[in-house]
Amino acid sequence: MKLRFITSLTTLAIASLVISACGATPTTAPTQSAAPTTAPATEAPTATVQPTDTAAAATATETPTTAATAAATSAATAAATSTSLKVGLILVGPYNDKGWNQANYEAMQYVTQKDPNVTFDYVDKVNSSDRPNTTGAQVADDLIAKGAKLIIFDSDDFKDDALATAKKYPNIPIIHTSGDYSWKDGKNYKNQNNLINIMGQMEYGKMMAGCAAALGTQTGKIGFLGPLINDETRRLADSAYLGAKYCWTTYLKKDAKALQFKVTWIGYWFNIPGVTLDPTKVADDFFNGGYDVVISSIDTPEAATEAKKIAASGKNVKYVHYDYKNGCDLAPDVCLGAAYFNWGPAYLDAAHKAMAGTLTQYFAWNPPDWKDINNPDTSAVGFIEGKALGDKKSIEDQFIKGLGDGSIDLFKGPLYLQDGSLYLKDGEQATPQQIWYMPQLLQGMEGASSSK
Amino acid sequence: MAENAPPNSPALSPTWQHPRNTWLQVGALVISLAIVALLISFTGASPVSVVANLWDGAFGTTDQAARVIATLAPLLLCSSGLIYTFMAGLYNLGVEGQIIIGAIAATAILRGLQGVLPATLVVALSIVAGMLGGMLWSLLAGVLNVYGKISEIFSGLGLNFVAQGLIIYLIFGPWKRPGIASMSGTEPFHQSLWLVRFGNTDASPVALGIAVVLLIATIVVMRNTHFGLRLKAVGQNPRAAFLMGIPATQLLLSAFALCGGFAGIAGALQVSGLFHRLVPAISSNLGFLGLLVAMLVNFSALWVLPVAFFFSALNVGSLQLPMVLKLESSLSGVIQGMLVLAALLSRGLSQWKPSR
Repeated sequence: MKLRFITSLTTLAIASLVISACGATPTTAPTQSAAPTTAPATEAPTATVQPTDTAAAATATETPTTAATAAATSAATAAATSTSLKVGLILVGPYNDKGWNQANYEAMQYVTQKDPNVTFDYVDKVNSSDRPNTTGAQVADDLIAKGAKLIIFDSDDFKDDALATAKKYPNIPIIHTSGDYSWKDGKNYKNQNNLINIMGQMEYGKMMAGCAAALGTQTGKIGFLGPLINDETRRLADSAYLGAKYCWTTYLKKDAKALQFKVTWIGYWFNIPGVTLDPTKVADDFFNGGYDVVISSIDTPEAATEAKKIAASGKNVKYVHYDYKNGCDLAPDVCLGAAYFNWGPAYLDAAHKAMAGTLTQYFAWNPPDWKDINNPDTSAVGFIEGKALGDKKSIEDQFIKGLGDGSIDLFKGPLYLQDGSLYLKDGEQATPQQIWYMPQLLQGMEGASSSK
Repeated sequence: MAENAPPNSPALSPTWQHPRNTWLQVGALVISLAIVALLISFTGASPVSVVANLWDGAFGTTDQAARVIATLAPLLLCSSGLIYTFMAGLYNLGVEGQIIIGAIAATAILRGLQGVLPATLVVALSIVAGMLGGMLWSLLAGVLNVYGKISEIFSGLGLNFVAQGLIIYLIFGPWKRPGIASMSGTEPFHQSLWLVRFGNTDASPVALGIAVVLLIATIVVMRNTHFGLRLKAVGQNPRAAFLMGIPATQLLLSAFALCGGFAGIAGALQVSGLFHRLVPAISSNLGFLGLLVAMLVNFSALWVLPVAFFFSALNVGSLQLPMVLKLESSLSGVIQGMLVLAALLSRGLSQWKPSR
């Protein structure tokens, strides 16, 4: 009998171990209240997304900014004008991941600061590994039940959940960041009037990241720490490569063949033990394999922490951060820069439209504000230059300026895909669709274009 | 494993009735709740608001109540199945893997036969395939146990890893979405292949119906059949059972097969009823939760429904903890674990004293 009892306990122990291991990774409980933090934002919060004027030349190739075809009469906005709004934010990873999710979380904080009439609830770590038995659509149900009148799904992963939620609640606008269901000229258009897609033109951010990597590498070997493989991630990896190649050959006057650019995909936006490759190990392998610069393209900061650790042991390694503005603070001495999203203005604009009852389907692929890419009120994409750029900062500046005034256009032929097929003819400029639906990595890059 | 059970174990249920044991159990429950309350206080929240939010999160809206039902169905299936193996003295930790293999088998049928046969038939076949898949996977552990003398605890855990590896391979490999390699799952199935649902919620009357029917069958088998009685005999004293001419091998394998079959059905229902695609965490850890249910009810199938319902509500309601109180939702797992631990402790104590 005692044995049975002991076995029961053992079984229980094992079961609870496994459950807790599969369960949420213990990030500390959020202490920050989602309630509107003071900030008497009387200073006209006019931060609109529409990136305006001058840079038109540069952005002309990637036109699709807010196509707010406000079908004003639409039924989807039966929700009348209201003076306050609660937003429900659904994050795929931890709200404090120093990356993608934190950028989204802080964007909503920005919105509540700019307009105290807006409040938000959020649920983070909404993925089947951290929260088994919970789907994004279910979380949306609960947020709506708690009074949310605008839902933001922050990950590509939620495209099915976002669509299902939009169908289920036709009177509540649903924003899905990074998706394309509401892009009329896209491949996957769904006629769902309350579904909105917002994305930043991170191609530019990644070109700047790639340039910084090229300027920072001593060995000519750049590692790209990639998440999963899809159109978006291929697009961003290719952009980084184009930026790196341009700066390597144009400014450093080095041979393109002497530049190695290797992409390793871990399989998800962040580490899931036992399921994805471990990004810590991938970053380590890069650094120990002679790749002295790693460009992060995942949600979490493993590239930064590993670079810091390995640099402390005396090796000359550096990293480029992604998603989160303050990414260089993680390891300032070895940071070449941080390409980041600034979702705040776009979310503020959407919140105002929701309050006015005019938020209907649109697809926004918002560019940097070329007058000041780091303007928190106007630029959807920015790049913070890191300390490790050293005296090469001026070159990076020159590159960014060129992108902004249109004198540097990297998605212009001739360009070849990884399998040798033609992507863009000589002189041909890529259409927004050709960029968005990037079919492969480019010729000259190492790594998988699709999963095996 | 079963061979190691000490002879002359006292019957399992009578200990419930003894008044002293009742006190022990109530005492253990109170202590465990006090510990949970203390833990909650440490996090800065109030235990009352935690309970209120858990309740609100489970039954506050139709959607949430439906989600409790949607969780209950697979949980009932796993718990019912585990009653057979527990009764036979087996700790079938491989139940998670059996859910996964069931889900894989069901997905294979849904993928292969969609458009070929009528949708309803395809879904029905996928459930049968899930059952067979879970059964075979469980029998693997059974054969290792019966003929290889390998503890089903270890073979089960090992096979869970294999099943997990297989599902990830399929999702990243042959069954990946076109142009995508992500652990987010396969392409969703066409709506015609989704199980019927209550309104626009996640709960399916079909899933619930299957689960309830199989639970009732389990109760009947355990109470009123020779099979149930002999299973109990093998579980409690295999040597005596052997002397009485009860075919232990056959019974043990039957218990494995039944449990695996039930878990496999649960896996199939997760695919066609809830996720509508294959995801890596298709089991949602409901197999392990089922183990807790089965242990807590002390092998008594009658209690499966209320306990499983309670755990389902706890599981679904826990989403409110991060949403409203900014607490970790895994706190509900702590509550769950403490309750089970309390139940086992009190049972252990009550059975330990008299045998001295």
